[in-house]
Amino acid sequence: MIAPYIFNILILICIYVILATSLNFALGYTGLLNLGHIAFFGIGAYASVLLVQAGIPYIIALPAAGVIAGFFGFLLILATRKIKGDYLALVTLGFSFVIHSVLLNWTSVTRGPLGIPGIPKPSILGFTISSGFIYFIFALIIAFITWFILNKIVNSPFGRLMQATRDDELGLRVLGKNTSMIKTKVLIISAFFAGIAGSLFAHHITFIDPASFSLQEIILVLTIVIVGGLASLRGSIFATIIILVIPEILRFLSLPGTIVGPARNMIYAVILVAILLWRPRGLFGRVDLN
Amino acid sequence: MILKTKRLQKHFGGIYALNNCDLNIRKNEITAIIGPNGSGKSTLFNVISKILKKDKGKIIFNGMDIDNKKDYELASKGISRTFQEVRLFKNLTIMDHIDIAISKDDESILRSLTKKVNRTERIKEILDVVGLNKPIDTFASDLSYGQRKLLDLAMAIAKPGDLLMLDEPVAGVNPKLRKKIKDIIRSLHKKGKTILIIEHDMNFVMDLAGHVIVMNAGKVIAQGRPKDIQNNPDVLNIYLGD
Repeated sequence: MIAPYIFNILILICIYVILATSLNFALGYTGLLNLGHIAFFGIGAYASVLLVQAGIPYIIALPAAGVIAGFFGFLLILATRKIKGDYLALVTLGFSFVIHSVLLNWTSVTRGPLGIPGIPKPSILGFTISSGFIYFIFALIIAFITWFILNKIVNSPFGRLMQATRDDELGLRVLGKNTSMIKTKVLIISAFFAGIAGSLFAHHITFIDPASFSLQEIILVLTIVIVGGLASLRGSIFATIIILVIPEILRFLSLPGTIVGPARNMIYAVILVAILLWRPRGLFGRVDLN
Repeated sequence: MILKTKRLQKHFGGIYALNNCDLNIRKNEITAIIGPNGSGKSTLFNVISKILKKDKGKIIFNGMDIDNKKDYELASKGISRTFQEVRLFKNLTIMDHIDIAISKDDESILRSLTKKVNRTERIKEILDVVGLNKPIDTFASDLSYGQRKLLDLAMAIAKPGDLLMLDEPVAGVNPKLRKKIKDIIRSLHKKGKTILIIEHDMNFVMDLAGHVIVMNAGKVIAQGRPKDIQNNPDVLNIYLGD
């Protein structure tokens, strides 16, 4: 039964491509060191599941998950618009912890640590996406749309302003550009696509709990963005494939279950250190990490 | 008067960087602000351009109180400026820099995606004004210090505006480029721009400015024509001591 396994990997690649490219959109192109990205992923997942359980069709729940995550992105940038760099990283990390705590403790809605099992596969216009292959095609289409939109924006005059904001925010303000508004739009869009990824993830895995959106996940996505290179959507796509596929080798080494998890993290760490040593800008990066 | 400040105050802790600073800048004139280090010149620029918040006082530009304006709103009101340190976007090209300075609707994502405007000719015209003869697809990080100074100046003059504020425009540049920048400033003045300069190079200032303002300890201590300022005992005192 190799096909379900392969399709599972391919679907996860599509989901992480959406997550990584949307993080790179904010981090690599605009310089927003947002460690709260995984919280948007979680918000999107829970929002989508709760909406579907409330009887909302998936075709509405999917974009709604993005909109709700985008709204939280708006709230986050509202609270953090005057801070940047390391301080922004700390506050957004705190935001992740807050959302994680809410998911863990708002048991009447999220079932807390028990998680939500039995999440239905997406049903669009009466057609249920139950097979791995169809879900992969569906996730691939969403990932392509995400890349297409983000790529269009970063290559537009607005994308140029995003990069100028990253390079010298004060210099750009003096030229008459409202950088607070630019950052607000960027974070909302970034959070929107993280929410979409969350929805795809929840309905693929069919079980979510707060642990699915923990700190470890943001480290994984951040590793993908750094390995692929800042300000390179193509880099994030290639890095997602590398980072998700290489650790799969461990499955075929007949290692005990207690070793596979830590070994996977060690592989991520080795890839990250190797990239930082030999290609500080990542595989396709256009800007320095600092 | 194009720019007036009235009893402008700004302090950092117990130190007054601006202490009841009154300034009157005449239209279509090159005015230079000089003074020893720490006299408040750059603070004055930063307060006028709203990068720093003033503590007290008023700033009137073109007869309009600009107290409630934000830093990014001043460019559209006609104030542009440069900084002591050249502020460029190192991962963008020369063309990108000028295009950002002149474009108006790039902050809207929708318009940015749908409206295609080719400004290459206009960009080349602006680069010709400052004499930056590099391919427009050159990245800012690949420019020499002098070329970056010229690009910085080009961005400041790209937007149609009335007042150009230059913070040490020839600091650290070679004599040839200094002359070039002086000529650029003169030609901008001839075209009707009002120019306000902070500069330490006295020869540069005295040769270029029509009016000189001397600051010390956050106050204007003297002002007038360059010749008068050179012989002013208060000015000689702060530069040479008793």
